[in-house]
Amino acid sequence: MERIKQFFKSFLLVEMLKGMKVTGRYLFAPKITVHYPEEKTPQSPRFRGLHALRRYPNGEERCIACKLCEAVCPAMAITIESEQRDDSTRRTTRYDIDMIKCIFCGFCEEACPVDAIVETRVLEYHGEVRGDLTYTKEMLLAVGDRYEEQIARDRAADAPYR
Amino acid sequence: MINIEIDGKQVTVAQGSTVMDAARQIGIYIPHFCYHKKLSIAANCRMCLVEVEKAPKPLPACATPVAEGMKVSTHSQQAVTAQKGVMEFLLINHPLDCPICDQGGECQLQDLAVGYGSSGSRYQEPKRAVTNKNLGPLIATDMTRCIHCTRCVRFGQEIAGIMELGMAGRGEHSEILTFVGRAVDSELSGNVIDLCPVGALVSKPFRYSARTWELSRRKSISPHCGLGSNLVVQVKKNRVMRVLPRENEAVNECWLSDKDRFSYEGLNSEDRLTVPMIRKSGQWQVCGWQEALAYAAEGISNVVKNQGPLSIGALGSAHSTLEELYLLQKLMRGLGSHNIDHRVRQSDFRTDAVLRGAPWLGMQIAEVSQLKAVLVVGSTLRKDHPLLAQRMRQAVKEGGQLSLINPSGDDQLTKIAYRAIVAPSAMLDMVLQVLKAAAEIKNIPVPGHIKSAANAVEVSEVARGIANSLINHAPAAVFLGNLAQHHPHFADLHCAALAVSKITEAQFGLLGEAANSVGAYSAGALPWSTGTHSVNKTVSEKVGLNAGQMLGLGSPDGEPACSAYVLLNLEPELDCYDTGRALQVMNKAEFVVSLSSYKGNIPDYADVILPVAPFTETSGTFVNTEGRIQSFSGVVPPLGEARPAWKILRVLGNLLQLEGFDYDSSEQVRAEIVSAEEEFVRGLNNALEAFSISENHQKNSGIERIGEIPIYQADPIVRRASSLQKTHDAVSPVAFASPGLLDKSGIQAGETVKIKQQDETIQLEISADTSLPDNCVRLACAHLQTSRLGGMFDEIKLEKL
Repeated sequence: MERIKQFFKSFLLVEMLKGMKVTGRYLFAPKITVHYPEEKTPQSPRFRGLHALRRYPNGEERCIACKLCEAVCPAMAITIESEQRDDSTRRTTRYDIDMIKCIFCGFCEEACPVDAIVETRVLEYHGEVRGDLTYTKEMLLAVGDRYEEQIARDRAADAPYR
Repeated sequence: MINIEIDGKQVTVAQGSTVMDAARQIGIYIPHFCYHKKLSIAANCRMCLVEVEKAPKPLPACATPVAEGMKVSTHSQQAVTAQKGVMEFLLINHPLDCPICDQGGECQLQDLAVGYGSSGSRYQEPKRAVTNKNLGPLIATDMTRCIHCTRCVRFGQEIAGIMELGMAGRGEHSEILTFVGRAVDSELSGNVIDLCPVGALVSKPFRYSARTWELSRRKSISPHCGLGSNLVVQVKKNRVMRVLPRENEAVNECWLSDKDRFSYEGLNSEDRLTVPMIRKSGQWQVCGWQEALAYAAEGISNVVKNQGPLSIGALGSAHSTLEELYLLQKLMRGLGSHNIDHRVRQSDFRTDAVLRGAPWLGMQIAEVSQLKAVLVVGSTLRKDHPLLAQRMRQAVKEGGQLSLINPSGDDQLTKIAYRAIVAPSAMLDMVLQVLKAAAEIKNIPVPGHIKSAANAVEVSEVARGIANSLINHAPAAVFLGNLAQHHPHFADLHCAALAVSKITEAQFGLLGEAANSVGAYSAGALPWSTGTHSVNKTVSEKVGLNAGQMLGLGSPDGEPACSAYVLLNLEPELDCYDTGRALQVMNKAEFVVSLSSYKGNIPDYADVILPVAPFTETSGTFVNTEGRIQSFSGVVPPLGEARPAWKILRVLGNLLQLEGFDYDSSEQVRAEIVSAEEEFVRGLNNALEAFSISENHQKNSGIERIGEIPIYQADPIVRRASSLQKTHDAVSPVAFASPGLLDKSGIQAGETVKIKQQDETIQLEISADTSLPDNCVRLACAHLQTSRLGGMFDEIKLEKL
C-alpha cells in the first residue's frame, strides 16, 4: 500500500509542484534584492560601522584620553597613549583601532564619557595590505570630520532612547 | 583589655583603642577618608560614622574610644543612612571629572561612591572651584577635587617634620595651601600623593601618562640609600611608568623617599647606553657583544701578561647588586689580584686591618624609632637617609633626644637636644670630648688606646650634655653618618665613637651609604677578603690595593697605581672622594673597561664600554644597612642591547678562562654568597681590634672644605631623574661660607669667586651661611661643575676674581 502511494506521488510530480508553488509566489511578489552599489538597504541610526573620532564645534577634539574604550574593548582592538598637552589638558598622542580585531560591538561608544569615539554608518572601506585596516588617530578624526553632520543627526535621533 | 562587639563579632582590644582599630583587627571594613593608621586622628571626613548602641547619634569610628560592652554596628540602617548622607555632601563639590583624573581607578572616593553614592545628584547650584597651587616639580594639584581630609597636612606635621601644606579658610572657603610663594621641598613630599584619597594631589612626572588598570605591579627593591625600601614598580609595555611603596613595617613602613619614588625617570634617560662600544685607534666604534667582550678580555689578559695581575684594579659601586660585586671580585681574584674595592668615597682605610666584620647599622631599622637617645656624627641626616631620619623624628616625638656632631647646621626638622657644629677637623675632638665627659660622669677610665688622645681635649658644655643624654637614656645609640665615613679621619672617628658607645652602654652603628654598602662586604668586594663570602677576621697575607690607593689618593702626581681598571656602575669623576684625582688616574690608565648603564663622560677615559642593565632590568640582591637580604627580579627586559652585569662578568670570566664561572642564573651566584633561607647576612660587626688614635692628628690651618653629596647626585640613576633634578635640592652648586670667613677674605656674599683646590681652580658663586663653622667652605661634590676639584674634606682656597 505504502509503495503504491509512493509510486503515484513521484509519478505525478507532487513534490515538484509544491516547490514550484513557492517559486511562483516569489516570482510575483515584490523584489527585496537591491542593486548594490547603486541601491542600498536602509540603515538604522544605531548602525555600527566604521569608527570616527568627533570634534567639538570649535574644532577641539573631544577625546580626553580616559582610556575607558580601551579598557572595555572585548577584542582589545584599541591602543591609546596619552600625555599632558602644552595647555595642560589630557590628550592622546596615539589612538589606534585595529579594524581586523574589532568586532563592532559598540562598547567603546557606550563607554565614552564625551561621545568622542562613535561608530558611523560607513561600512564600505577596505584595505589592500594588512596595516591598512589599522586606523590611526588622524584617520579616525578625518572620518569624524567628514561625517559629522550624519553622526550628529544619528546621535540626536537615538538620544530619547539612551 | 576591653571586650566589644562589632556587627555581632566579639573582639578584645587594648584600652584606649578606637572602634576603627577594633574593626580592623577583625577585618571589618569601615569606609573612611581622613583616617590613616600612621597619622593622628582628625575625624573630619565623617565617612566612618557607625551606630553604637545607646548612643543617640551615629559616632565616627576613627575617633570613638572603645568602652566595655560596647555594641557597634557598621551596616545598620542608621549607619548606612549616615554614610550615604556624608557621601552626598562630599560629592556636592567634587567635580565629575573621573575620566581625566589620574586617581581614577585607584580613588577611594570613586570606590566608596559606588557603594554609598546615588546615581544622580540632587544638587543644582553651581559647584565650587579652587585655583590650583604650584607645589613644585613633583606634585601636581587639582584642588577642586580636594575633600579636606587634611591627610597631607598631618603628614607634613607628623612625619615629614615640616608643615609645608596647611588648610586656610573655613567652611566652603577652606583650601589646602602652601606658605605664600613656597613649593613643597621636603625629601618625603611624594608620600602625600599616596595619602591623598582623591585626585587633588597627584604625581607630576606620571601625570596623564597611563591609567592604573593598564599597569602591572611588580616587586622590587630601591637601589639608592642604605635602607633598601621595598618598591612596587608599575610597568606598561616594558617601560617603568611609576614607583610606589610596598609596605614593609620593618624597613620603610608605608613611606618612600622622593629619591626612591621618582628616580625611575632616570631609567629611560637619553644618556642610557644601549650598545657595547670599543675604542679602536682612538675612535669609538659601536660593536656586537662578542667583539666587545673579546676586546675587553684581550686587553685585560695583555695587561696581566705584560705587567702582572697586580697592575689590574677593579672598582665597583656599592649601588651594584650582591651578585655583580661578587662576580667582580671573583674575576679579579681569579686573575690573581686583590685590587678590588667598593668604598670609593672613603679616604681613610686605616681600620681595614682591624675590622672585625662588615660595618652595619648595629641594630634593626625598626628599633631606631624606639631609641631614647641618639648621637649622629657627621651626616646630612635628612638628605642622606630620609626615612631613617623620619624614624629618628618619631623617636624624638616619643621623648627621645637627638644630638648631632656635624660640620653643617642644616635643619633636621626635629628637636635637636645638643648640636655641635664644628669644622670637619674638629669633629674628632668633639667625639673625644663626649668620650671624656662620659668617662668622667660614669667614673670609668678612658680605655688605654684612646686615653692620651682623650686627655688632650677639654670637655665643653655641649659634649657633657651629649654624654649625659646618652648615659641617662636607654636604649641609646651612636651612629656614624656618611660624612664621617668619608672623613679623612674616619678610622679615628670610628674608634672614638665606638668607645663612646661602650662607655655610655649605647649601641653603635654606621649608617650605610648605598643600597649595598653592607652587601659589598659580604660579596667580598674588598682588597683583603680571600674570596669566600664571609668577611675574614684576620687579614690574609695577600692584601690588594684599596679604593683610595687605586684612585690615586696620596700619590702626588696622579700616577695611577694600576695600569688597567674595571669599573662597575661607577662614574669616577663624580663618585669618588677626590674626583679630580680619580679622573686624572682614569685618563692616565692604559686600559679601562667600564660596565655602566649610562654614558656620562665615560668615553673620555674608557676603552671598552659595556652597557649594563639597572636594577629594574636585572635580578639581584641588595643587603641593606641592617644586614637584611632582599632579592628582587627584573621587572622589564633590558633596554636595547644592555645586559645584566652578572651575565657580562660571567662571560668575561669564561673568556679569560677562569674557573667557576658557569652560572645559569643570578640565584646560583647568590647561593654561593648567602643561603636561600638566610634573612640577614652573617659577619656583621662594627667592633675594631686594637686601634689607637694618633695623638697628633693634624689640625688643618687653611680653609677646610665640607664636601657633601647632595641627595639627588648620589648615584648615576638619580643624577638623570629629570623631575628630581628640577627640585630645590638639585640646584647647581653654590659655595657657602660663614660670614666671618667672607669678611676675613674680603668677599661679599653673592659674589663669584675663584675656588682653588690643589692645582685646579673653578669659578663659583659664594653665599653666606651663618650655621657653618668658621674657616670652612661648604661645597657640594658629585656635580660636574665641582668635579675637577680635589678631596671632599681637603684644604680649599678662596680668591677674589
